Amino acid sequence: MATAQEEELPLVLVHRIPNFDFPFKHRLQAQFRLLDPLDSVPPESTHSFISRHAASVRVLLCVDPTPISRDLLSLLPSLQLIVCSSAGVDHVDLIECRRRSIAVTNAGKAFSPDVADLAVGLLIDVLRRVSAGDRYVRAGLWARNGEYPLGFKILLKHQFSNAFGKRVGIVGLGSIGGEIAKRLESFGCAIGYNSRRKKPSVPFPWYKTAYDLAINSDILIVCCALTEETRHIVNKDVMVALGKGGVIINVGRGALIDEKELVQLLVQGELGGAGLDVFENEPDVPEELFSLNNVVLSPHCAVATPECFDALEELITANLKAFFSSKPLQSVVEFD
Amino acid sequence: MESIGVLMACPMNTYLEQELEKRFNLHKFWTVPEKSAFLTTHKNSIRAVVGNAFAGADAELIEALPKLEIVASFSVGLDKIDLAKCKEKGIRVTNTPDVLTDDVADLAIGLMLAVLRRLCESDRYVRSGKWKKGDYKLTTKFSGKRVGIIGLGRIGLAIAKRAEAFSCPINYFARTEKPEIKYKYYPSVVELAANSDILVVACALTEETRHIINREVIDALGPKGVLINIGRGPHVDEPELVSALVEGRLGGAGLDVFEHEPEVPEELFGLENVVLLPHVGSGTIETRQAMADLVIGNLEAHFLNKPLLTPVV
Repeated sequence: MATAQEEELPLVLVHRIPNFDFPFKHRLQAQFRLLDPLDSVPPESTHSFISRHAASVRVLLCVDPTPISRDLLSLLPSLQLIVCSSAGVDHVDLIECRRRSIAVTNAGKAFSPDVADLAVGLLIDVLRRVSAGDRYVRAGLWARNGEYPLGFKILLKHQFSNAFGKRVGIVGLGSIGGEIAKRLESFGCAIGYNSRRKKPSVPFPWYKTAYDLAINSDILIVCCALTEETRHIVNKDVMVALGKGGVIINVGRGALIDEKELVQLLVQGELGGAGLDVFENEPDVPEELFSLNNVVLSPHCAVATPECFDALEELITANLKAFFSSKPLQSVVEFD
Repeated sequence: MESIGVLMACPMNTYLEQELEKRFNLHKFWTVPEKSAFLTTHKNSIRAVVGNAFAGADAELIEALPKLEIVASFSVGLDKIDLAKCKEKGIRVTNTPDVLTDDVADLAIGLMLAVLRRLCESDRYVRSGKWKKGDYKLTTKFSGKRVGIIGLGRIGLAIAKRAEAFSCPINYFARTEKPEIKYKYYPSVVELAANSDILVVACALTEETRHIINREVIDALGPKGVLINIGRGPHVDEPELVSALVEGRLGGAGLDVFEHEPEVPEELFGLENVVLLPHVGSGTIETRQAMADLVIGNLEAHFLNKPLLTPVV
């Protein structure tokens, strides 16, 4: 049973699957009364636990990537806010949230710098063959075979030749896409983007569709939210439009790209390269990619740094405090 | 110009070879079995040497070629050319500045990200099928880390500009403080290292900068610090670096250059916190072509008595 002191703390329902916990739970517990069905003694089903507390729960803390369905939401008539610990919120029934005016916040702001760092890292790695070069040296091939095959330039324009270099197309210019653009501008890359609507405050050219963006890009960086409309937003046509020298970087979700087509194009040499942190059926990665030197593979770890978790803790704590003191929330998910 | 003898010191670029063969009487030094006999035969016809970061024109070669007028290097660094000797004999020297600045800076940032975010290790992990067996471990954030730059020339500044876009505070060491630069200056490499999360070597290799990264500097950088070398191998006391990495006294390293290329210390091959590249700082197709065009442009300008494009001496 909760102590009298705990009873006074604002109530937050925790929604997670057993193998997903969060390291800063004890620090949140000092400020909020956390109700976690998985911690209940004696063990109780999530459904009955939630039903018992339903009327008093105004805030749900959703630990990535636990699904939040319409059914679950129907158990919580007083719910006003869902605080998600992930950047993507494709596991939440957003249509129902919009209908009931439940606010949803994500981890976007806390994660953006790390995800953007990884996107740029993957891009340089693919273009300059960093991981492949490292393999070459470690295998002792440099001494045996001599100079390594050349990589490709990242920059837009050359001082001595007027050859145009890389134009980067960003699919989804949210918080992460904006951070990527900021970084790549310093490399001299020309930026374009695709999003549902043109953003009036953004100076980069906007393209109505991913296909139009791909035609005008050498590199496509995929970092939009996964929704029904964006599933396979990068399909075969988009990839073919990018062209033979084109490079695709995905730090969003695996299902944003038609993975089968991507693999096929890479294997056939119809695409210049790919840097992938996410896949359609994680942790399964298409084995055809394992022998390619123009791909870099990463185990969905764009946010796996301690600094990132600190920023997440700060953001979640700030949003919970803001809610209970009627202040504005941060990283609010926009509904269509 | 077909009769002018041009000596290419070592293989460097196929396009450059082809273009030189079209214009000059090109000799490929590495294909010559009897070097001294060859030099005796051709000493009166060879008027130019084309070198790079691996082979150039040392005093011995310069003495052996009395008609030598110009050394055009396919590199920005000139540590394989005896500059004093060239000056003394009135031999012109050119390099390929600027064209490779961006590539080297891009790679420096790539190495920082690769070491901190364990890109190569991640890629190995996925390719080996280990992901299916468990969760990947945490890595280190790059944005916001303190970047210390040794040598704030063209390349150093290009690195600074990029790192700034990642919100990294920039500090530097150079022979003298640059008053027009907003970054913080440290008068010694040890002090710079002590105040950096990432230390990057971007200065020219000279007698003063040989082993500028020594034990003291490595210790100041410390077990969480990362060393990036996109300069030259001899900037770093390599045995000291290897033992610091093996003993965990240094957090990690991203190395594009080594003391005895293409030999790389094998002790590094098993480490997860190092990224090892085969000297590819300027290794992009686009840049190598621009560098080659600059070498040819300098040679043509010289033999047509026009001003050199990128003279050093």
